[in-house]
Amino acid sequence: MASSSRIAANSTIMRTSELIITAFNALKGNILRTLLTMLGIIIGISSVILIISLGQGATASITNEISSFGANLISIMPGAEQFGPARGAASMLTLKHSDALAISDAKIPGIANVSAQAGTRAVAIANGENVNAQISGVEPAYAAIQSLDVQTGAFFDQGQVDGLAPVAVVGPTIVKDLFGVGSAPVGKLIKIDGKPFRIIGVLKAKGLSGFVNPDESIYLPITTVMKTLLGQDHVDDIMVTADSAEAVPQVMESIKGLLLNRHRITDPKQADFTIRSAQDAISTLGTVTGVLTALLSAIAAISLVVGGIGIMNIMLVTVTERTREIGLLKAIGAKRRDILAQFLIEAVVLTVSGGLLGMALGTLLSYLISSAINIPFSISVTAIVLAVGVSSIVGIIFGLYPARKAAGLAPIDALRFE
Amino acid sequence: MAPALISLTGITKTYATGDVDFPALRGIDLEIADGEFVAIMGPSGSGKSTTMHIIGALDTPTSGTYRLGGKDISKLDEDQLAEIRNHDIGFVFQSFNLLPRTTVQKNVERPMMYAGVTAAERRSKANQALKLVGLEDKAGNLSNQLSGGQIQRVAIARSLVMTPKLILADEPTGNLDTQTALHIMEFFRALNERGHTIVLITHEEDIAAFAQRRVKLKDGLIVSDSGEFYDHAH
Ligand SMILES: Nc1ncnc2c1ncn2[C@@H]1O[C@H](COP(=O)(O)OP(=O)(O)O)[C@@H](O)[C@H]1O
Ligand SMILES: [Mg+2]
Repeated sequence: MASSSRIAANSTIMRTSELIITAFNALKGNILRTLLTMLGIIIGISSVILIISLGQGATASITNEISSFGANLISIMPGAEQFGPARGAASMLTLKHSDALAISDAKIPGIANVSAQAGTRAVAIANGENVNAQISGVEPAYAAIQSLDVQTGAFFDQGQVDGLAPVAVVGPTIVKDLFGVGSAPVGKLIKIDGKPFRIIGVLKAKGLSGFVNPDESIYLPITTVMKTLLGQDHVDDIMVTADSAEAVPQVMESIKGLLLNRHRITDPKQADFTIRSAQDAISTLGTVTGVLTALLSAIAAISLVVGGIGIMNIMLVTVTERTREIGLLKAIGAKRRDILAQFLIEAVVLTVSGGLLGMALGTLLSYLISSAINIPFSISVTAIVLAVGVSSIVGIIFGLYPARKAAGLAPIDALRFE
Repeated sequence: MAPALISLTGITKTYATGDVDFPALRGIDLEIADGEFVAIMGPSGSGKSTTMHIIGALDTPTSGTYRLGGKDISKLDEDQLAEIRNHDIGFVFQSFNLLPRTTVQKNVERPMMYAGVTAAERRSKANQALKLVGLEDKAGNLSNQLSGGQIQRVAIARSLVMTPKLILADEPTGNLDTQTALHIMEFFRALNERGHTIVLITHEEDIAAFAQRRVKLKDGLIVSDSGEFYDHAH
């Protein structure tokens, strides 16, 4: 008994592999029709692969950006909490420089650095050249927060901030644009918005960090910027770093309590400021890309269903075309399940071939697009399993009806079919 | 006398065509012994193919009983009939005998695949059968690369790989020129000499001449039978 069931299992495997080969031959017989039939599956699977791959790449890229300005980073922005990154920051005047000073002075445990920030874009003139630069008014701690290193000279100190000193620390690109390569601009004067500043430091080249490029920025004491350049007493935001990523939630709580108190707000829901951490930003991003992926996946699913209906249609045509063949097979001993297996395998071979082609196409496209928009390219095992799995399921579902129709043909009707 | 291999008693077959029922067979009594070579003859539309389909377990009679090797076939289900066709009967049709896009070798192996024969055994039996019909060198060819006579020889090879008692052939030479037809008939004669019972449908006298017995049909009835077996039964 055991050995006879083993023989049966062996012969099933044998038959299946034979039927797969037979199915391939049948499909090879009409390449153009086969390709057209598979088109829906190819498009469906390649879009799934494209969505997964680009989604992962984009998420990885943005997550990297955010983490690059620190997992310990907390930013406080003026204005009430809103969904998404869009804020009317410029029109919000609720965050003062004194708020930043208060956070520093409060000696909140877990806080490493605090710096307010107030910026603008302005024309900088020096050495007879001019350049439109990002002007950032910051505090000395900002250099530590953003890991800015000084190449020559020094970053300004607290005394210079307190004294509203007209000094500037400039990024290397600005130096190159104004003074040329290999110049030594420390000690020279630079005019910003018509007002003279003395250059006291040049930054090391760093490249894009988060959403700012320090290489193309000019850093001034925040007090100087607020008073001399902008004539305002509010700041754009306050950046705080915690000692560790673990301390971030506690520090955020403490700052929130402090600012609510300072702004005389009793209901936390009425807060006129927003505290965010880089960690929050990453998880928000996750939600957004999740929703987007779900949406695009739904579209891909529809194209797979359409592709499946195409398969069903062509399989029904095939069954009709091959009625005589089915009759012959039944005459020489094929049972209902043999015919069912043959046509089901043919449908699955069709969809899986389409799935594999779709995977190749999707991978190629996502590689090209990833390199074009400069995000990391990755292709996951999940994607491959998904392509093969989903396309087999589509094949089984949409191949079942035509295969049952073939299997149910009476041998005599099939043989007499003209 | 040994029991008949084939025993048809009062077989009728009526086709429903539109509103009128068409009686293709109107009461066939026929016994064929093991080892006979029988030619079924008759004009077109006389019921030859219908008779062969019933004998071949491809179709069921409207009434009457059919015993194959003493077993009542009419009581069997679809899968059991498929097994009988697979193990006990070999078929050679007039046309569409081979699977397209499939090699000669695989065509001949196909009945053994349904029987669950191992790949090695299938290969050797198919080779043997192809050798018997002189086509061992065509094993790798596709069916569309063969002549009409070669196709029929491959079909003969396939019909005997399961070593069935009974081989049924429905006008196997109907599409062939006379010389090729006679050549094909030599193979049927050889099969009969090897012990296979052969029931062959033809309306050509020189083809029927290969058989030892002739049964003539007309309008769904047997009008003459040269066989002793028939005489015995009556
Ligand atoms: N499926 C069918 N439906 C209706 N009539 C049929 C069917 N099959 C056969 N017939 C009729 O039955 C008669 C006998 O057919 P057949 O056995 O094929 O004859 P033969 O093989 O002797 O030429 C013919 O008149 C034919 O038209
Ligand atoms: Mg006929």
